[in-house]
Amino acid sequence: MDFRLDIIIDYLPLILKGAMLTIGISLLSIFLGSILGLIIAFGKMSSRMFLSLPMSAYINFFRGTPLYVQILMVHFGLIPLVLGRTDPIAAAIIALSLNSAAYTAEIFRAGIQSMSAGQLEAAYSLGMSHRQAMQFIILPQAIKRMIPAFGNEFIVLVKDSSLVAIIAAPEIMYWSNGMSGQYSRIWEPYLFASLIYFILTYSLSKLLNVLERKLA
Amino acid sequence: MHPMIEVIDLHKSFGSQVVLTQINMKVLNQEVVVIIGPSGSGKSTFLRCLNLLEKPQSGHILIEGQSLMDPNIQISTIRTEVGMVFQQFNLFPHMKVIDNITIAPIQVRKWSVEKARSKAIELLAKVGLSEKANVYPDSLSGGQAQRVAIARALAMEPKIMLFDEPTSALDPEMVGEVLAVMKDLAKEGMTMVVVTHEMDFAREVSDRVLFMEQGMIVEEGTPEEIFEHPTHERTKSFLSRRDRYLSLRRYKE
Repeated sequence: MDFRLDIIIDYLPLILKGAMLTIGISLLSIFLGSILGLIIAFGKMSSRMFLSLPMSAYINFFRGTPLYVQILMVHFGLIPLVLGRTDPIAAAIIALSLNSAAYTAEIFRAGIQSMSAGQLEAAYSLGMSHRQAMQFIILPQAIKRMIPAFGNEFIVLVKDSSLVAIIAAPEIMYWSNGMSGQYSRIWEPYLFASLIYFILTYSLSKLLNVLERKLA
Repeated sequence: MHPMIEVIDLHKSFGSQVVLTQINMKVLNQEVVVIIGPSGSGKSTFLRCLNLLEKPQSGHILIEGQSLMDPNIQISTIRTEVGMVFQQFNLFPHMKVIDNITIAPIQVRKWSVEKARSKAIELLAKVGLSEKANVYPDSLSGGQAQRVAIARALAMEPKIMLFDEPTSALDPEMVGEVLAVMKDLAKEGMTMVVVTHEMDFAREVSDRVLFMEQGMIVEEGTPEEIFEHPTHERTKSFLSRRDRYLSLRRYKE
């Protein structure tokens, strides 16, 4: 079996541009997904049914249906409805954010609920509001415990972002598929794409290890 | 003038299990009231009702004449006036000792950082832990942690202090240092409600002792009345069971 380095070199600039987009989409999606996830987590933990029920439904929907389907719905349904036209990058970020929000919400909820009741009671007994107790006492401690689960979610998201190639968002897989089609080759484009994803996720997991040790 | 705390016909149950019933009591300004009783008698639950960490089903709790059951009342405002010390200390492990003490005055009372810090330093000196200002709670012994917890509660300058078995989680040799801080506080005229098993503390420091059993206040009186001349059969049997246990423990040691 021959291995054609020349076609990889030919596509290298495009794939590197694609990698930048993959990084950008992933960072934005984990950021937006975390903010949304935090809101959803507090909604789900609320004692008010009109808040907790829709939030549970949200989590169940986004965890229980394929991301592939969600991407198509956002791209062909939601985005044209709002913008009046399609936009693959916006659709990619929104679909991935909505999806990861469901997972991060559960990470936040588990982290917060793992705190002992005594911490919350001590905060209340000092006259803190629920919000102050969360902000100053519970969340800073809970977030430390969440980092490993959070890192996992981030790595999964980077890999899942490859699915947005189907709506022609020009990231790593989009160009790899292009390379494969143009030269009718399998191993060069997909092994090279794998290598880039691996470099991204491996550096990410190392980075998270450092962060975890620093905060511990 | 209103009593500091007034409790009228309080009733609390967890599901179908009645935990507190027909509780009536008053605590006057500068009074030290100790609550004793067997475990499961509802004394901790009662104490936790006084700052609404537990919500009673019926009855009234008035703090300086303000009803806690008033739906218009901001409960966090009442809690700033009622400090609480827990059995398990509940210090905030992610903050240095000094920040444990200043966080509530800064965030809740809106004090300046300087004012809160100088108050915290003064309180740490008072509980004998000046040198621990910049350590994290996990490096403190149980007795030290509980003294920091007392300083933390005092930093809000509360009018009432509630103590929920403050020495029950401590090694025996550390009980004394915490009780000493509490005695000083009582001497300074702090209004205190203390749930404890330390009968010597009750005898020496309290103005009034309540004996609780099965969710009710069975007997109430001065320490002399309760410890020397208990009138109720259940109080007598509780105290004698306790005496026998203590003498047995002394004998074994």
